[in-house]
Amino acid sequence: MSFPWAKQYTPTTEFGQWMDKQLPLPRFVYNSVGAGYPAPRNLNYMWNFGSMAGLFLVVQIVTGIILAMHYAANATIAFDSVEHIMRDVNSGWMIRYAHANGASFFFIAIYLHIGRGLFYGSYKAPREMLWLLGVVIYLLAMATAFMGYVLPWGQMSFWGAKVITGLFEAIPFIGKPIQELLLGGFAPDNAALNRFFSLHYLLPFVIVGVVIMHIWALHIPGSNNPTGVDVKGPQDTVPFHPYYTAKDGWTIGLALIFFTILMFFLPNALGHADNYIPANPLSTPAHIVPEWYFWPWYAILRAFTFDFLFIPAKLLGVLAMFSAILVWFFLPWLDKSPVRSGSFRPKFKIFFVILVIDVLILGYCGGAPAEEPFVMISQLAAAYYFAHFLIILPLLSRLEKPEPLPTSITESVTGKPLTTAS
Amino acid sequence: MVRIIGILIGLFFSGWLLVSFGMGAKEYITNPPVETAEHAFHKEAKDVSFTSDGPLGKFDRQQLQRGFQVYKEVCAACHSLRLVAFRNLEEIGYNEDEVKAIAANWPIQTPDVDPATGEMSTRASVAADKLPKPFANDVAAGAANNNAIPPDLSLITKAREGGAPYIYSLLTGYQAPPADLPKANQPGPGLHYNPYFANLNLAMAPPLAAADMVSYSDGTKASIDQMAKDVSAFLIWSAEPKLEERHQAGWAVLAFLLIATILAYLSYRTIWADVKAEKKKKSAEA
Repeated sequence: MSFPWAKQYTPTTEFGQWMDKQLPLPRFVYNSVGAGYPAPRNLNYMWNFGSMAGLFLVVQIVTGIILAMHYAANATIAFDSVEHIMRDVNSGWMIRYAHANGASFFFIAIYLHIGRGLFYGSYKAPREMLWLLGVVIYLLAMATAFMGYVLPWGQMSFWGAKVITGLFEAIPFIGKPIQELLLGGFAPDNAALNRFFSLHYLLPFVIVGVVIMHIWALHIPGSNNPTGVDVKGPQDTVPFHPYYTAKDGWTIGLALIFFTILMFFLPNALGHADNYIPANPLSTPAHIVPEWYFWPWYAILRAFTFDFLFIPAKLLGVLAMFSAILVWFFLPWLDKSPVRSGSFRPKFKIFFVILVIDVLILGYCGGAPAEEPFVMISQLAAAYYFAHFLIILPLLSRLEKPEPLPTSITESVTGKPLTTAS
Repeated sequence: MVRIIGILIGLFFSGWLLVSFGMGAKEYITNPPVETAEHAFHKEAKDVSFTSDGPLGKFDRQQLQRGFQVYKEVCAACHSLRLVAFRNLEEIGYNEDEVKAIAANWPIQTPDVDPATGEMSTRASVAADKLPKPFANDVAAGAANNNAIPPDLSLITKAREGGAPYIYSLLTGYQAPPADLPKANQPGPGLHYNPYFANLNLAMAPPLAAADMVSYSDGTKASIDQMAKDVSAFLIWSAEPKLEERHQAGWAVLAFLLIATILAYLSYRTIWADVKAEKKKKSAEA
């Protein structure tokens, strides 16, 4: 962090000085999450979900590595090996329930983290790269979670894999070969299960790599803050440690309390009963639904029910579903309003609230069976989703008159102007 | 440029979704969907509670043993319980000798290779064996049951929406079809009307047809209701044998986390005290 008032790392012990010359790892930690990283003093609790997502990523990797010691990625015994973990492995049930519910908590944290970025304009200059890397992390997490859900080889694993890889079939000419490449065959079977297991083990480490770049990109401009106003002087900041380590620390305790309640007392509440039935290619479940964190996208996929000229409805749905996430890559250039924080954008605020409700409605419809009236509702909700990002935000940045911004973070917190010159 | 392309794509997706909505709505109004008989006559699971419910839930071992007896004497003729081993029965209160006796006297023997001839054969079960399946394979199971393969019961209370109350409702829910049931939904040959089952007609004949099909050694009256409840409780255990361990560990973890979080919160307050005081003082002055 390059703020001139950031405390410099000065090793006091002889070993510390020796270490600093040879491998300045303590200096690195000090400057990234220590007292050498000044962070805006006014960050609210919405800024806690980044570290929380990081925590649950670690939970997933640790529990996942232990599960892989007992799991067998073979279509004939995968289901039973999971039950072996649940019944015969010491505390295996705890590890597996932590892993299954940890995925949900990772996505809860990441959705709140994305929502924070959307409202406070954290994607705007000078943080575009930070935002783009975040979208990459989200896409990788989706792929990882999808493949992880296939591994227990239950009914929903099998049919979920069939439906999702079947989406590629909609792409003209190259769709079918892509689907066969993904599955290693014409339908999900042992080849698919094996490559999904391999990739499910690989991708979390790729995520860790992108997370490191994400945090690196964060440390170039420093954190955004609820006012969206740039940091102007030392009074605007507090050292990351101990201030934000303490704040993150106690909310992580709070998150773990909710996690404990879910994984010990309601471990299957977010799962699907059908996944306790072994995969059976000859029997299709009545309702094939993905995990809850995919529901909004699943609703958009199913909202396209009519062909457009020569484009079949299924292909439109697939294009729309991918576009719904890929649009985030263009967000910094779609929303050109110079004001970052939604707090000072009276109209944006209203549209943002509508967007949140809209995505919740899409999520509800995505989890519901593909029947009326859910299809009609998801058509309206999906129409607003695309309109919000692609029509409303670009026009709003032209038309809206933002409220006056505070001159500094310190002024917004204390009501007094910043006294020291920056 | 990005914004112009974006607006065009947005107009296309949103526009086509609104057109699709319009066409769908027109279809919905002119040709409203008809409620299916499966939906109209289907009943939600009965309200029934088990001692293992809730975060403090524990198994009633006496009930689990009664449920095991019902499984053994009624269900086991057709339904396997392939994930449960005889040794696991010690967890529901049988001692080692009782488990050995149960395994040795189990009506179906465990398939094995004859150690003398190498031919496929069967032998009496031991405690380490999983409960033997009533049919050699799915084809045999289908052939003996009008082509409806009896599902394995090990995970049944977790593998069905509604859980154990659903199993209980299904076992006690057989009844004569209502008079206004459409002809297409009347039970065909070999089917039995049961409104708790998703498509209303079930291939399984009422398994608990009369009271006292089993005689409980603990003196409990074996009414149909009691047997259905006991076997449902037993199947909660077979699906989730670590339930009690899970509840206990949950409370311990929760207690630890509560203390740790309170301490972490207090240290957060202490660390931020100077910054908050400054904020308070300055806003009071202003």
